[in-house]
Amino acid sequence: MGYNYDWKAVVSTQSTGADYVERVKLTHEKGGHGSMGYNYDWKIEEAQKNILRTHTTAVSAKMLYQLGQQKEFTPTKLFSIDRVFRNETLDATHLAEFHQIEGVVADRNLTLGHLIGVLSAFFKKLGLEKLKFKPAYNPYTEPSMEIFSYHPGLKKWVEIGNSGMFRPEMLLPMGIPSDVNVIAWGLSLERPTMIKYGINNIRELIGPKVNLNMVQENPICRLDKV
Amino acid sequence: MPTITVTRDVLYEKLGRSYTNEEFEDECFDFGIELDDVVEENSVTKFKIDIPANRYDLLCVEGLARSLNVFRQRCGVPKFIVKEATERIVIDESVSCVRPYCVAAILRNIKFTEEVYNSFILLQDKLHQNIGRERSLVSIGTHDLDTIQGPFKYQALPPQDIRFHPLNQSSVMSAPEMFELFRQTYLKPYLQILDGCPVYPLITDANGVVLSLPPIINGEHSKITLNTQNVLIEVTAKDREKCKIVLDTICTMFSEHCADKYTCEAVEIVAMSTGNKSTTPKMAYRTENCSAKQMCMKSGITDLSPGNVADLLTRMHLPSKADGDMVSVEVGPTRHDILHQCDIEEDIAIAYGFNNIPKQIPNLYTIGTEQEVNKLTDSVREEVARAGFTEVLTFSLCSRDDISNSLRIPKAIDKAVLIANPKTFEFQVVRTLLLPGILKTVSCNRKMPLPLKIFEIGDVVLKNEDEETGCKNYRQVCALYCGKTSGFEVVHGLLDRLMMALNEENYSIQQSSDPMFFSGRGADVIHGNKKIGHMGILHPEVLENFDIVLPCSILEIDLGPLV
Repeated sequence: MGYNYDWKAVVSTQSTGADYVERVKLTHEKGGHGSMGYNYDWKIEEAQKNILRTHTTAVSAKMLYQLGQQKEFTPTKLFSIDRVFRNETLDATHLAEFHQIEGVVADRNLTLGHLIGVLSAFFKKLGLEKLKFKPAYNPYTEPSMEIFSYHPGLKKWVEIGNSGMFRPEMLLPMGIPSDVNVIAWGLSLERPTMIKYGINNIRELIGPKVNLNMVQENPICRLDKV
Repeated sequence: MPTITVTRDVLYEKLGRSYTNEEFEDECFDFGIELDDVVEENSVTKFKIDIPANRYDLLCVEGLARSLNVFRQRCGVPKFIVKEATERIVIDESVSCVRPYCVAAILRNIKFTEEVYNSFILLQDKLHQNIGRERSLVSIGTHDLDTIQGPFKYQALPPQDIRFHPLNQSSVMSAPEMFELFRQTYLKPYLQILDGCPVYPLITDANGVVLSLPPIINGEHSKITLNTQNVLIEVTAKDREKCKIVLDTICTMFSEHCADKYTCEAVEIVAMSTGNKSTTPKMAYRTENCSAKQMCMKSGITDLSPGNVADLLTRMHLPSKADGDMVSVEVGPTRHDILHQCDIEEDIAIAYGFNNIPKQIPNLYTIGTEQEVNKLTDSVREEVARAGFTEVLTFSLCSRDDISNSLRIPKAIDKAVLIANPKTFEFQVVRTLLLPGILKTVSCNRKMPLPLKIFEIGDVVLKNEDEETGCKNYRQVCALYCGKTSGFEVVHGLLDRLMMALNEENYSIQQSSDPMFFSGRGADVIHGNKKIGHMGILHPEVLENFDIVLPCSILEIDLGPLV
């Protein structure tokens, strides 16, 4: 995984919510909330480093923290479609910046079955019905699932997204009640678009080299019409 | 995600059967690993398998086959035994400033075939790469115990005082000499871990023979061969927990090749400064007691008895027993990834099969809404498109010149967010204006019929001391007209049209001397006494800098004040 655009001009972020920072530090170092923790020395200097976000989950986490500050918990559904940055090798299908779609549902007693249900409904709207779910790993979700869809043209199962339930170590320090589960999923915007339109080079889709004729002549995207 | 390479036939032999590639892919899928590629190396078929980053016990064919066999109920979960220590390592205070932690273990009467030897090296590589963070946090040294003599010493010495015969080199050299040599090899990236350290870590035996200089290189003297029967494993680290995990992993994976299967021998670790004594490896077992009902609830599984749950967990390498609703789960030294009950819950769901879990839709009502700035963005997008402009989407990272010198506004770089480690000069800064992206698009689309009218709505980033991160995003719209004439009246008309559509009367334009524009043909856009943007005919030098040969007029404004 590539990361980390560090930001030179201002070296660190001023921290907000000093109590919250303490709780996060404790969770990393000693665990708590039923967890063994990572047992290492959490450094605030690392956390304060400015980077261009590598995924929109960073912003979802901020929104969940705000939800946790509410006097009374209210069930919430959130989504975002926005830009993310990765410092990786560039090639025909990879750029330094692209877009992610992210969905989050927070409610009491949500289960993995609900996540699978929501994903099935979501992807059905995008015209993808033949789905398979694979166990995966994210440091902040457990369980985690990758979603695969069968692509009849390519004649193989293609990964179309990543999902999971946020870990208690993440939610409880935020003040989210312990019977609330938060399910979330994400996918990139560019990859499914390239598959749908048969585009092989991502630079034909985003950036200055996009052919303006293509923009003017491409029909409206109608996902319902096969 | 780490990828391991295993020899297909070795794996199938351990699994007791062979598969077609498709069958094996399916087996992997349900377990949570992925067959990424099948390659031929020297006419031997090898599998490249993607492993979850937290499963150190699946990083070699030994661990992978064992877990799959347990999953398929071909065998039970082995219990690991740690025998009493006969050797010790003394840790000198001098390492505390450079690489403080050291743990060790011994594998007795191990049988190395070429396959096993290669697997042993590969596991160390993977652990170095992943949990070891490219050796910076943890590194491993393995030695033929019969070539060296304990007790062993772990200390740090000035580089010039270190001399030994490094692995695979032809002679004895000093540390500075070997580091010079290593700068030309694959070891170069690891040298910087010791950059600036006045002392280098060193492990020696009772006769002063050097075992290793962690994290760089082992000594030639104690190197492991196919004839080695007793192995000393030493792990040094900056992170105590990860150090333990790495040692546990090597012992649990490779003790299966010892004459006393699944047995390893402890090594006593003595801290010279405090006299504190301990033994490693820890190989800790713990029991978690959990309610079967509660665990299944989170997965949405309703048809499992506590006995079923215990069986499924045992298949996932977590031996369990049910007593009423309570399940006691044994978490051993191969499962350092189990941090919380939710990790155990996931394993139940995996063994049950994610694809067997019934779908449900959350039973909750919420009222949806868009953020104001996004709602406005969509409306403005519609208006500008209706005025005959084509939308583009460009990069938010650009070069320093793109937002300063090339636009004839060199001071503008002061307000920009700089990238500390750009891979190329195209990504040195975050854009402070949408204009450079728009101009590059014009330059790349010369064959378009004229006039060319394009626009973009997106975020730019400027430094802002009041923000937590020291910077802020601003949503801006930039429109451009390029044709045989400058088209100033077109972009001015667009501004007026937009303001009318947004019901804004309180705006004006004031002539400016902005160097970006043709002299006398540039203006600030003012809204309620504040400048919210600019507009004008671009200066010919700007056009030249972006390789554009026809006149252009542009409008760029911040939508924030209009929200």
